[in-house]
Amino acid sequence: MGMTITEKILAAHADKESVRPGDNIWVDVDVLMTHDVCGPGTFAIFKKQFGENAKVWDRDKVVIIPDHFIFTKDTHANRNIDILRQFVKEQSLPHYYDVGTDNYKGVCHLALAQEGFNRPGEVLFGTDSHTSTSGAFGMFSTGIGNTDAAFILGTGKLWVKVPETMCFEFTGTFPEHVMAKDVILNVIGDIGVDGATYRAMEWRGDAVMSLSMEERMTLCNMAIEAGGKNGIIEADDVTLDYVRQRTDAPYKIYKTDADAQYFFKKTYNASEMEPIVAKPHSPDNKAKVSDCVDVKLDRAYIGSCTGGKLTDFMAAARLLKGKKVKIDTFIVPATREVEQDLYKEKMGGETLIDIFKNAGAYLGDPSCAACLGGPKDTFGRAKDNQVVISTTNRNFPGRMGSKQAHVYLASPYTAAASALTGHITNPADFINK
Amino acid sequence: MDKVIEGIAYVLGNDIDTDQIIPAEHLVYSLSDPEERKHYGKFALSGVPDDQAGLPDGKIPFTENGQSESKYSIIIGGKNFGCGSSREHAPACMEIAGVRAVVAESYARIFYRNSVDGGFFIPFECVTRMVEEIKTGDDLVIDLNASTLTNRSANKTYELKSLGEVIEIIEAGDIFEYARKTGMIPSTSRGGS
Ligand code: SF4
Repeated sequence: MGMTITEKILAAHADKESVRPGDNIWVDVDVLMTHDVCGPGTFAIFKKQFGENAKVWDRDKVVIIPDHFIFTKDTHANRNIDILRQFVKEQSLPHYYDVGTDNYKGVCHLALAQEGFNRPGEVLFGTDSHTSTSGAFGMFSTGIGNTDAAFILGTGKLWVKVPETMCFEFTGTFPEHVMAKDVILNVIGDIGVDGATYRAMEWRGDAVMSLSMEERMTLCNMAIEAGGKNGIIEADDVTLDYVRQRTDAPYKIYKTDADAQYFFKKTYNASEMEPIVAKPHSPDNKAKVSDCVDVKLDRAYIGSCTGGKLTDFMAAARLLKGKKVKIDTFIVPATREVEQDLYKEKMGGETLIDIFKNAGAYLGDPSCAACLGGPKDTFGRAKDNQVVISTTNRNFPGRMGSKQAHVYLASPYTAAASALTGHITNPADFINK
Repeated sequence: MDKVIEGIAYVLGNDIDTDQIIPAEHLVYSLSDPEERKHYGKFALSGVPDDQAGLPDGKIPFTENGQSESKYSIIIGGKNFGCGSSREHAPACMEIAGVRAVVAESYARIFYRNSVDGGFFIPFECVTRMVEEIKTGDDLVIDLNASTLTNRSANKTYELKSLGEVIEIIEAGDIFEYARKTGMIPSTSRGGS
């Protein structure tokens, strides 16, 4: 019997001919990523378990990307960055992107892609649940805690239970005003926040393969909001184009066998997709945008690993160009590269940055910022009982900073359309006119 | 590993995510510094909305008056316990506050794994939903050999699911001890603590 792409990659990294869902195997790790929130704890466990002077298993496979609590006066948060620096120095680690230098990147999941660490066929672990994002490159990637990360630092290995695979196929063409964010919110709404627990979410179909790498990343990014272990999309020419521009490291392409066994398969007609929001306080609390148009908003937030990529800002700019926002609107590029692109990319002769400024939006520095609330002085942090529309990925109580806030998750198109009107608005009203 | 775990119940609902277990603004503290780590106990479960905190009545703080230890050491949860971010600060803060076991209907994958691999406490799964059966403050005892949970306040005993293959890691203590026992990493490799 055949194997899915996830099973094939895991088997290859466990030195096995084949694996089956439920098998517990030890896999060799190609890349371990950590950041400022989980790095310090990981390094402490590593030293405790392997010795003060222990060395990491492979310097070239460790990637450290500070991104969570960056532009803050919080002394503990800044101390944590110092701990990263110290460890990087002790271990002479080559892949570190220090705060306050030209080398600073921003949100780790996009930085991994942009710096060439996402390569088809590889196994990547990160101390962050949205590490599933990298699966857009036809690789196995998932989030882990400090203990597992410390174990990898010392051994280069980790135990994995081979997940069953759920297949989500989209045939046809997505409507112009529908984005990957709408698609994933729709699927999470269908299967629930634990609908894919312990499982792989594999995305297939012409509609999926017609998406850019950034849009594919959005699909895989939110696998964790359905409880998934990983999200994955087979690599194709679009993938290789992106990867070849960023690294010449080797890669290997795996594809799901025709006779592979899926735990679940659902085929959607892409042309029937509509703009979707997740209402407070859960990512599976799905509603059609068109059913929520009377929800009044206090602010809009466009940013994060889910909704702060160049594609996301191109979408927002398309709607905001030449108009004024009605509510406080926060723009937070995920990485420096995205930020630089905002200054370079033009739409009708105007740079994206000018479009946002002229629309009256506030611009933040690249980092996770208010996606996870953060220290009190974090840019865009939700206050009191504000109603927020956000392109981020979680709207559990308190996630964006205030336990009383109401957060609606939406696509960049929907967030921008809503920023212009002050209530939840269908982007189709602006795009299909 | 203790064969019996006794403690007072603290009952929560479904989808308790890691931002409710430990809000992100507190993640700045060190988990290895003995003084600083106490903050985690103090803020454990502080993100749970008031009406959901300590069911069925709610509005019961998990820790009181800035203390880092809670009188509740067995958590009863619903579905998808520990969903959300991969932060190990979540199971860690619960252990620091004194939690020794969680009994939930189901877990999010990373939280479950972190609890086991880090040896923070034992995550049990119940056979039938316990959230409406047990009240915050009830006197509980878990018998590991019999795989049961007894509510001494109501004189009722419930079956728990077997811990399955992770029992070996739980018995060893954590993933490092397990790897030493099985020869994956040399038993001499260990730093000072
Ligand atoms: S942007 Fe948000 S979801 Fe993404 S890594 Fe940062 S905190 Fe996590």
